[in-house]
Amino acid sequence: MIFGIDVISTLLGGVAAGMVLFIVSVGLSVTMGLMGFVNLAHGGFAMIGGYLIVLAMNRLGMPFVAALAIGFVVVAAVSTIFERLLYSRLYRATELDQVLFTIGLVFMMIASVTLAVGPETQPLTLPTWLQGQINLGFISYRTYSIVLIAVGTVIMLGLWLGFERTRMGAQIRAAVDNRRMAESLGINITRLFTLVFAFGSGMAALGGGLGAEFLGLDPQYPLKYLVIFLIVVAVGGLGRITGVFYASLIIGVVDFALKKYLPQGGTVFIYGMTILLLLWRPQGLFGKST
Amino acid sequence: MTVLLETQSVSKNFGALRATREVSFKLEEGARHALIGPNGAGKTTFINLLTGVLPPNSGKVLLKDRDITQMAQAERVKLGIARTFQINRLFRGLSVLENVYMAVAERVGAAPKMLTPAGAQRDVIDESMQLLESLKLADIAHHTIVGLPYGRQRLVELAITLGLKPEVLLLDEPAAGVPSAESHIILDAIDALPKTIGVLIIDHDMDLVFRFAKRITVLVRGAIFAEGTPKEIGANPDVRAVYLGQATQHG
Amino acid sequence: MSATDLQNHPAARALAQRHRLRVWEGLPWLLALACYFAFPRYLGFGTEILITVLFAISLDLALGYAGIVTLGHAAFFGAGAYTVGMLAKNGIWTEPITGLLLGAAVAGLIGFLSGLVLLRTAGLTLLMLTLCFMGLLEESANMGADFTGGFDGLDSLPIKPIVGMFEFDVLYSKTQYLYVLAVLFVCFVFTRTLVYSPFGHSLTGIRENTLRMHAVGAPVERRLVICYTISAAIAGIAGALWAQANAYVNLSTLGLDRAATVLIILVLGGYGRLYGAFVGAFVYMMLEHFLSKLYPEAWQLGLGLLLVVIALFARGGILGIGEELRRRFRGWRNKP
Repeated sequence: MIFGIDVISTLLGGVAAGMVLFIVSVGLSVTMGLMGFVNLAHGGFAMIGGYLIVLAMNRLGMPFVAALAIGFVVVAAVSTIFERLLYSRLYRATELDQVLFTIGLVFMMIASVTLAVGPETQPLTLPTWLQGQINLGFISYRTYSIVLIAVGTVIMLGLWLGFERTRMGAQIRAAVDNRRMAESLGINITRLFTLVFAFGSGMAALGGGLGAEFLGLDPQYPLKYLVIFLIVVAVGGLGRITGVFYASLIIGVVDFALKKYLPQGGTVFIYGMTILLLLWRPQGLFGKST
Repeated sequence: MTVLLETQSVSKNFGALRATREVSFKLEEGARHALIGPNGAGKTTFINLLTGVLPPNSGKVLLKDRDITQMAQAERVKLGIARTFQINRLFRGLSVLENVYMAVAERVGAAPKMLTPAGAQRDVIDESMQLLESLKLADIAHHTIVGLPYGRQRLVELAITLGLKPEVLLLDEPAAGVPSAESHIILDAIDALPKTIGVLIIDHDMDLVFRFAKRITVLVRGAIFAEGTPKEIGANPDVRAVYLGQATQHG
Repeated sequence: MSATDLQNHPAARALAQRHRLRVWEGLPWLLALACYFAFPRYLGFGTEILITVLFAISLDLALGYAGIVTLGHAAFFGAGAYTVGMLAKNGIWTEPITGLLLGAAVAGLIGFLSGLVLLRTAGLTLLMLTLCFMGLLEESANMGADFTGGFDGLDSLPIKPIVGMFEFDVLYSKTQYLYVLAVLFVCFVFTRTLVYSPFGHSLTGIRENTLRMHAVGAPVERRLVICYTISAAIAGIAGALWAQANAYVNLSTLGLDRAATVLIILVLGGYGRLYGAFVGAFVYMMLEHFLSKLYPEAWQLGLGLLLVVIALFARGGILGIGEELRRRFRGWRNKP
């Protein structure tokens, strides 16, 4: 019985972490799938969002939910400017150029945040209604983790419906599968990409704020979590919303469990599994083969 | 006549799409053979099966009675099958001469050498230059590909392929995009090839096909629809209906 | 044109003489030697620059010539460094020159084995695989503390004098500087030969158009694996030199930081140009040395801006800008 509860609480913790991974990574997956753009600066948008949210709460006394909304909107708006002015020049460039460009952006983001706010970790104080434990009947667990799971599930369902049921979702799916075909059908890929990029960056900001409590928030954030975001996207398959969701949950749970039971070898295991997976299925677990 | 390249009921599917259906085809020594067919007939797929870019789902590919169905592209090139691409695939940052050098060096086995300079392989350079001269490209041998007009690039494409001294030459729309004033250079170059080489050409340009080919195969929806001399094909009412009529309408 | 005309054609002459030594190619070596006498107190820093040049050259071979976009090249630097470190710390092998060869062999072997599987992929998958592979090695080094010293690494490595005569100089790195310079020279001559060989030419072909290389009958995958192995071995030598010169080795030799830095250095100088590694390492490390401690944020901000500008406007790096200026100047001079 004790063991069972232990397993359940590990699962819940892992799923909660996985939800944050999903919220941050989903935009990266779709933009990479849509334009083939290797955007290593995606975590930077998550960091900037996280900072906006935490600062809005700590310095302006804004409530958590309002701060999250502000973070989403501001980062989405700022990223639109980035996309139109800079990213769009490199759509046809080589991966190397895209890598350099986005690493450069990451450096600039890190330096700017350090200059503006300082190098120390920003603490996120959750509102009282999110603190403490909640009784689920069979187990008592952290309220915030349960809320994260609920929020992540709602977002997943919303995105899935938007992807499957709306015209724009259909356009995105078509463009991910075959860009040339979609263009010949009259889909405006450039505009689609701007919208997706802005939305994806906004989601990253949301994830940055929601995850700040346990991922921490300091200027090194975009580099610290770069590899894990990329792994989620690569495992999930480019441009696959459900794929990224499952991959996030798997990696969230595996990472959480390994840190708990095998604190030494956890990362090795994740790297090793990712290598094997990508050699077996280069398109990811849930991606379509080409 | 000996048969150089042969397929025995070769098929290739892409999911539900049957791009090549049970094609049995022979290319003889010295052949000047054309493969025609409406858009989407599977001509390029067929070339890809011959060269080993794609593996067939069923059937066999034989080169001089030797089964090469499972053989990789590079190995087939070594055995004498060379191709040009429908869209230019050149080393765009290199000079015209360096492009041709690449093919000649591979053929003569100089390419794996690591410790002598590429420039010391005088035989490779000289042969490349002569090839360029024969295609009237010697004047622009030092130009980088990027700055060349499309028609010239097309000729470089052919030069690279001829640098492999193939026994079987597969030309995928060699004259596409070449100004008509220059397309005779391509035909002249093909005419000047040793008579023993088997040439298979794919093209939409009926003038070119009828001028060049001694034998024509018509491919429709992945399967062989008709085969014969240009006269027979030109007189075949079915072919006219599915293909030639369409082509004359286009102009 | 006659046969001799063709042989004397400018294109043929240019190709035949492409590998000839230019006068200015002696310059970096003369400068490096001059620095030995001019700045005796900065030779430790100079040694670091020379090692970085060698590391960047190894990356240039894979990335600049063969077009293998990797984010995990520090895996091989670290492999070389840890080979020397672990052998020396346990008293198994402390002779430096053979130590370099061992470092090269281990890194080359790792490059060969990983290349066999990794180089079948391309693009984003390859990028991810190189990144994860390096992460795997880094974490293994972190975990295997009994052998690698874990997070702290291994220090006070007992490295024997070079050819039994020249002690490593703890204070001013005089010996290290000349030793590293000599090794760099040998490796550079080898790489230069390789790059101008038919093999090097075919690597350029793979970078420019892989599909066409298949179609001219080149064994593309084999060439890439050979290139990757050589590149890894040279990176291993650079890592081994680092361990010997500093007499310690730690996780910094294996991480994303080092891999990203060497990539930035190479691109800054200009990749696929052989001398880009020299220019990039010198400029980057001078800037870093003098700026990063005084104004760390400004340094990072400027570096980021520089990368963005290079990616958008100056893909040839510093050497590329120089070539462009020279072309323009010639065009301007040739105008009536």
